[in-house]
Amino acid sequence: MEIKVCGPGCASCKQAQEIVEAAVAAKGADATITKVSDFAEIAKLGIFSTPAVVVDGKVKCVGRAPKQAEVEEWIG
Amino acid sequence: MKNINMAITILVGLVGLVIWYVIYKQLEPFSYFFAYTLLGIEKGSHLGEAIQFFVYDTPKVMMLLTLIVFVIGMLRSFFTQERTRKYLAGKRETAGNVMAALLGIVTPFCSCSAVPLFLGFVQAGVPLGVTFSFLIAAPMVNEIAFVLLYGLLGWKVAAIYLTTGLLIAIISGWIIGRFKLEHWIEDWVQELRAAEAVVMEEQLTIPDRIERGKDAVRDIVGKVWGYVVAGIAVGALIHGYVPETFMASIMGKDAWWSVPAAVVVGIPMYSNAAGIVPIVEALLGKGAALGTVLAFMMSVIALSLPEMVILRKVLKPKLIAVFIAVVGSGILFTGFLFNMII
Repeated sequence: MEIKVCGPGCASCKQAQEIVEAAVAAKGADATITKVSDFAEIAKLGIFSTPAVVVDGKVKCVGRAPKQAEVEEWIG
Repeated sequence: MKNINMAITILVGLVGLVIWYVIYKQLEPFSYFFAYTLLGIEKGSHLGEAIQFFVYDTPKVMMLLTLIVFVIGMLRSFFTQERTRKYLAGKRETAGNVMAALLGIVTPFCSCSAVPLFLGFVQAGVPLGVTFSFLIAAPMVNEIAFVLLYGLLGWKVAAIYLTTGLLIAIISGWIIGRFKLEHWIEDWVQELRAAEAVVMEEQLTIPDRIERGKDAVRDIVGKVWGYVVAGIAVGALIHGYVPETFMASIMGKDAWWSVPAAVVVGIPMYSNAAGIVPIVEALLGKGAALGTVLAFMMSVIALSLPEMVILRKVLKPKLIAVFIAVVGSGILFTGFLFNMII
């Protein structure tokens, strides 16, 4: 499974990253987490508000850090 | 069943609000009781005034802050950036500038999401001037600054701040629109052709929105309470010990040069609203003129160097210069105007 966390690196983007990592650890999921911080690359994914989380090419949430329970549901 | 839950929610909310109000009304008498009866400090002494000020203002501001952050947090669950963008895409200038400035207050926004937001607006065909109205209003008209101004300085100053902040955002955006500066956007932005990803629109229920409000309180109040308490402590010391007319000579009405100086000094300074307002209060209390102080505050929160550095990725330097010049002039004008009429 491939998870992308998009955001330039502000407080809420870091929070999103931590939540995704915690969710993956809690589920014991086999996932690679990549951080996308380049604005052009983020825009090419069709994302125009950050932070955003993409799971296997599907954009799951934009403009907010998700809750851990949500992420666990997406990867479960 | 759903209706009963709804009724219970509303009832709990109302009871909570009443309790909040009753406690809020007791804060001032309690602060006098605490400083002069319980601690037995002499009335009118420096120490007594400082302590009474601190014991009154700290819970007052924290209670106001919690309430408004909760309400705004709930409101914001209705206004996502996606919805705001779709809404503005169909708007023409002028009316679009007004809508963009108003939406700038309620749409969730942080300075690091300015670039993706800008890209999204350009992609959706929102006019450049309308985009700027949003980008100016979002940091400038800040709900925390509004609450603190109301709590510490009364509703008149808070209303002046809200109105002038909105007007500067509307007019500055409109002027930038008139200049037709689209060619000063970085080329890669213009060449970018990306379709927006489809994200499932969340179906939020009222309890979900209440949960968002609570999240906002935990997040924002948790982050800023230290600044607020520190700011009020400094304010309390100044209130008790610094002579009344101390600031009058350097930031008073007669020193016209203090308005541009306040704007220039404010640009490299970067503080959140929670940190700046107690300073504003302290300056005002010691004879600084309202226009000068307002100009200083707006410059600090609306013209921030870190945001310029981020926007540089999508705007050519000339456009950033125009942005600073137009908004700076608006702030200057506001400062001079209020020094003249008040």
